[in-house]
Amino acid sequence: MLRAALPLLALPLVGVAEEPPQKSGSPGEPPPGLALFRWQWHEVEAPYLVALWILVASLAKIVFHLSRKVTSLVPESCLLILLGLVLGGIVLAVAKKAEYQLEPGTFFLFLLPPIVLDSGYFMPSRLFFDNLGAILTYAVVGTLWNAFTTGAALWGLQQAGLVAPRVQAGFLDFLLFGSLISAVDPVAVLAVFEEVHVNETLFIIVFGESLLNDAVTVVLYKVCNSFVEMGSANVQATDYLKGVASLFVVSLGGAAVGLVFAFLLALTTRFTKRVRIIEPLLVFLLAYAAYLTAEMASLSAILAVTMCGLGCKKYVEANISHKSRTAVKYTMKTLASCAETVIFMLLGISAVDSSKWAWDSGLVLGTLVFILFFRALGVVLQTWVLNQFRLVPLDKIDQVVMSYGGLRGAVAFALVILLDRTKVPAKDYFVATTIVVVFFTVIVQGLTIKPLVKWLKVKRSEHHKPTLNQELHEHTFDHILAAVEDVVGHHGYHYWRDRWEQFDKKYLSQLLMRRSAYRIRDQIWDVYYRLNIRDAISFVDQGGHVLSSAGLTLPSMPSRNSVAETSVTNLLRESGSGACLDLQVIDTVRSGRDREDAVMHHLLCGGLYKPRRRYKASCSRHFISEDAQERQDKEIFQQNMKRRLESFKSTKHNICFTKSKPRLRKTGRRKKDGVANAEATNGKPPRDLGFQDTAAVILTVESDKEEESDSSETEKEDDEGIIFVARATSEVLQEGKVSGEEGEVQREESPWNSLPQQA
Amino acid sequence: MGSLSSRAAVIPDVDSIRRETGFSQACLLRLHHRFQALDRDKKGYLSRMDLQQIGALAVNPLGDRIIDSFFPDRSQRVDFSGFVRVLAHFRPIEEEDSEIRDLKKPEPLNSRMNKLRFAFQLYDLDGDGKISWQEMLQVLRLMVGVQVTEEQLESITDRTVQEADEDGDGAVSFLEFAKSLEKMNVEQKMSIRILK
Repeated sequence: MLRAALPLLALPLVGVAEEPPQKSGSPGEPPPGLALFRWQWHEVEAPYLVALWILVASLAKIVFHLSRKVTSLVPESCLLILLGLVLGGIVLAVAKKAEYQLEPGTFFLFLLPPIVLDSGYFMPSRLFFDNLGAILTYAVVGTLWNAFTTGAALWGLQQAGLVAPRVQAGFLDFLLFGSLISAVDPVAVLAVFEEVHVNETLFIIVFGESLLNDAVTVVLYKVCNSFVEMGSANVQATDYLKGVASLFVVSLGGAAVGLVFAFLLALTTRFTKRVRIIEPLLVFLLAYAAYLTAEMASLSAILAVTMCGLGCKKYVEANISHKSRTAVKYTMKTLASCAETVIFMLLGISAVDSSKWAWDSGLVLGTLVFILFFRALGVVLQTWVLNQFRLVPLDKIDQVVMSYGGLRGAVAFALVILLDRTKVPAKDYFVATTIVVVFFTVIVQGLTIKPLVKWLKVKRSEHHKPTLNQELHEHTFDHILAAVEDVVGHHGYHYWRDRWEQFDKKYLSQLLMRRSAYRIRDQIWDVYYRLNIRDAISFVDQGGHVLSSAGLTLPSMPSRNSVAETSVTNLLRESGSGACLDLQVIDTVRSGRDREDAVMHHLLCGGLYKPRRRYKASCSRHFISEDAQERQDKEIFQQNMKRRLESFKSTKHNICFTKSKPRLRKTGRRKKDGVANAEATNGKPPRDLGFQDTAAVILTVESDKEEESDSSETEKEDDEGIIFVARATSEVLQEGKVSGEEGEVQREESPWNSLPQQA
Repeated sequence: MGSLSSRAAVIPDVDSIRRETGFSQACLLRLHHRFQALDRDKKGYLSRMDLQQIGALAVNPLGDRIIDSFFPDRSQRVDFSGFVRVLAHFRPIEEEDSEIRDLKKPEPLNSRMNKLRFAFQLYDLDGDGKISWQEMLQVLRLMVGVQVTEEQLESITDRTVQEADEDGDGAVSFLEFAKSLEKMNVEQKMSIRILK
């Protein structure tokens, strides 16, 4: 491994570094005595350089982000490539030879896996499987189409004489080139798309395509490579068939490897309760092992890791502790971000080494034109076919973004470097073309895609400034629509998904999830499963008796503008509908009104809850911004629950509740039915709970009786769900009340078991 | 398509529902399947609790109001035709609808006016045909995060009501509401593409 890293990383430190350390045993010289200070460069050279490179990349990122304006215009990947170019130029100038390249070995073994793992793990699986048909179509059919048409077109170009004859390439060579240049690159797509917020369906299709086309690319590349090596005369019909068969073997095999490792990972995390510290390590190791195993067996490694991430996520998240979850999330993002940065920088640097490439204008221009054209054509054709089958058709804007967003990146570059020059004499030309193509797509397309998206959308919308009413009602409508979509079960009518979920519930989850986690699984509780217990305590402390009407004040924070605002508001109120007699007041009112207008718009925009439309890229490598969405969800959920409980208060029934008191302490296994009864609690309270004058809310912590003795206090805090149950009498309140000081919560058996008997 | 028609026979009053809502056969089947999936106890109707089970509604600020809209007139249960009737408001408006429609037949449920009326009744809780200042404030409070103070909310409500209110009665009637939204593409904003 070090040997592979060395050529990559040997930074020539001018002068000093090249000196070998003084060896005390050098022949013929008397020992110099105890050396106070020795320069041990060679011993630390390799790791030091790795660290230095990563440091340079990170510093570069910091410098970029200092300027808001630049980063909003230019995607980071562009900046990194340009930085790479600059650095490469410096190195070339200093050392007179290009030292660093994007070595395919390093790339495929070390740089690519973190990125793919990160994407696979954080891929929204529901969305992915909903659109799987479209994704597979684009990945398989689209890539094949692109490869063949580009290869054939380039060959045609050569026949037509536009490509210089020194480019010695036959049909198969062009096909090989076409296969490696046609693959949409996940790294580039992610890097650019996360800055352009397109809707989630579109994102998942392009991104899914870029991940899944790896299998096709690998197969095509290998098949064409072996054909080229065999020589076109020796290729027989059976070889073609074998090629097609290998496509299935590679993709399905890769996916199978990934799923096997996902299973192993989920199973192992089930038992790590006492060794929490190794959980993140397990996740990374097993996922990486999946990658390496697939790579070893010549299967599609990217598919393996993607499937591993997709498959294991649900169970692993249920099994590992909250802290491990955070650790995994952050580490993955860091690794992936780091790898991506290094990749782009090295791409830039590698381009500078002109000994590796040779220029041919016809080839380069032809390739550029063809990949754009054939991709657009392919997308249009496939979309037309797909729209016959899809529930939600893909419209023109989606198609434009899809064809324009097909970026090529480092994978193509690595593959082209891997070509054998003896077998493919035109390698240098191909390298140059690939470099140009990659640069073009990442820089030009990356730069322009954001304005393009904006322009396309803006063209269709109104140009006037929306009134306050419109803004508010627009938001309302968005929420209404989201709610109705959920009622309709927009994604609900899928027979196979239902079957899968049943199978999962009955067998897989029981096998792979820790028992405590398995029991808490249910829909509504899933939503606030991660509610911090401190939040809940403060909730109760605030109101204590949450259902009293006084308790519904929202925490208000002082605002800087409020003083100025209220005065203007009052002015307006006093002057009624705006008929002003005083000239000065008129002036003030007009500007004040405008200012107030602006302030209110600003307030509304900032304060309104965002409906569930915009795809907040959870695959974003630069910001882990899930908190905003989570916080919003928490808030809305709390308020909804408050309101629902309040509405129960209004329906008073006199059902004695004392019977449940002794049962509170009852131990026993909580059955899965208990969950259903919880919902019964919320939904049919008049039947189950009685209310006297002030009802209170108590928090009960779901406790797993078996594991009670082992878990520590911090465990309680993070892992267990919180259930709101309303109680009737004040005595019960005293018994079960949360004591705020220590944060310790009374551990009680769920009372749900007791309720059905009353009903 | 024999199986399709035999499955359609399971839905009660399927023809009258089709006429009233304008849904296609396939769509009605899909909705019926969804209705049955929501109705966990196989009661034949949905109660509020069934709808509250939908996890995503619990984190929607208007979730509870939407649920209430399925139960008009304080009823506690909704059968399939009631379920579909509410959803019919969200059917996309197609060009054929606006041409063929003759003035004798009642307006289709998914016309622009009916869509607006549906939204209006979500605001107007007491059903008096006007959105009062209080009701507007309540809606705002639902939709805005906790960092906005009460006074700010009140001043926003003031402005909103003032903007829309034309006859000066301090409340927004349905016509005023519709007028304030005349520039908005309601047909698109209140349509779900899969409900065809």
